[in-house]
Amino acid sequence: MLNISGICEGFVLDHIRAGMSMSIYNDLKLDRLDCQVAIIKNARSNKMGKKDMIKVECPVDMLDLDILGFIDHNITVNVIKDNRIVEKKKLHLPKQVVNVIQCKNPRCITSIEQELDQIFILTDEEKEVYRCKYCEERQKNKRRILR
Amino acid sequence: MRHLMSPLDLSVEELYDLLALANDMEHNPGKYAHACEGKKLATCFYEPSTRTRLSFESAMLNLGGSILGFASADSSSAAKGESVSDTIRVISCYADICAIRHPKEGAALVASSKSSIPVINAGDGGHQHPTQTLTDLLTIYSLKGKLDHLTIGLCGDLKFGRTVHSLIHALIRYPGVRFVLISPEELRIPGYIREDVLKKNAVPYEELERLEDALPALDILYMTRVQKERFFNEEDYVRMKDFYILTRDRLTLAKKDMLILHPLPRVNEISVEVDDDPRAVYFKQAQYGVYVRMALILTLLKWR
Repeated sequence: MLNISGICEGFVLDHIRAGMSMSIYNDLKLDRLDCQVAIIKNARSNKMGKKDMIKVECPVDMLDLDILGFIDHNITVNVIKDNRIVEKKKLHLPKQVVNVIQCKNPRCITSIEQELDQIFILTDEEKEVYRCKYCEERQKNKRRILR
Repeated sequence: MRHLMSPLDLSVEELYDLLALANDMEHNPGKYAHACEGKKLATCFYEPSTRTRLSFESAMLNLGGSILGFASADSSSAAKGESVSDTIRVISCYADICAIRHPKEGAALVASSKSSIPVINAGDGGHQHPTQTLTDLLTIYSLKGKLDHLTIGLCGDLKFGRTVHSLIHALIRYPGVRFVLISPEELRIPGYIREDVLKKNAVPYEELERLEDALPALDILYMTRVQKERFFNEEDYVRMKDFYILTRDRLTLAKKDMLILHPLPRVNEISVEVDDDPRAVYFKQAQYGVYVRMALILTLLKWR
């Protein structure tokens, strides 16, 4: 059994689909934080078979929950204080995301006016469809997060 | 202040009011001859258009207003690299209302977000062309007396034809509307219109390849041009452009009171021999385009 020490104050991202932890680490820009981060891959899970986890020792408000909800709203966010889970945050699909993904439609105004914010709006919650605010093109690849 | 980006920006009630106003303008032009006196319309056209630009200008002149603007990106500051946002901020200082056409999708929305005057989307690439839809609706409303309980055939380029997509969006709000979608396999309606608009709203429709099979049931036949500028590949365009041609012979299959609409310009999808048929209303449609733009300009200026 692999042991990772607990964290005093921070958060644990649990129920990450196995294999997704490194890209979430990058998407959340955790590499830019000057704090302890533990990435656990392929941990055993009764619910998922195997899962990834990320433990971060820093205040939870450093975390962009909108981006995380956009990437995968099934991830559990456990907020830790004094070595105890004090809150479980539920993620939602954000109504809109700004400068998180980029419109790939070559006919979109954002393709020639780069100073415009890249805004995507949730148009179908059930099917998790986001469309560009300007050209209404459907976002096809959620994994292409802007860095 | 309101803008017009999509025909759905207007509620069903607002749309009826607009069509009624356009109707009154058609029958009582004198009443509105000075309605926009002292007001200026800027027509900012970043790509060529004869009909849309001139109909906007004609509309404003009919209302007693003045016009200014440019007819291509080359003759505007866009050629120097100015953004749409900056251009509209400047235009807002010169005019009271603006109609903008741009080849890029969403350009009008960008303009409206930075503008201090009402902005009308006069076409943004293959995305929206709301005043064409308003024109189509006014034509149907004026000549059929209703927008509900109609069987509407849409024929030609249903994949890239933005007028067709906008018209479907606008007409599904009326009860009893049924669509017959006539196109070759390659130019069928996009999946999101079929799934998210027609099926989701339980609107009856059928998809056919042969115009002859569709004609007998139609109240409205909306013909479209296969647009060269929407293709990246010349070969595909050449293969598709002559797929449907409406001739006098084929029209014998249609109802006596069916209306033939076309957003124009026509290339060869409607034979010129059809022009004299009383069912051919596409040139009248261009006239309705002026009335509906008059009504729109006046309404947006009042809402300001």
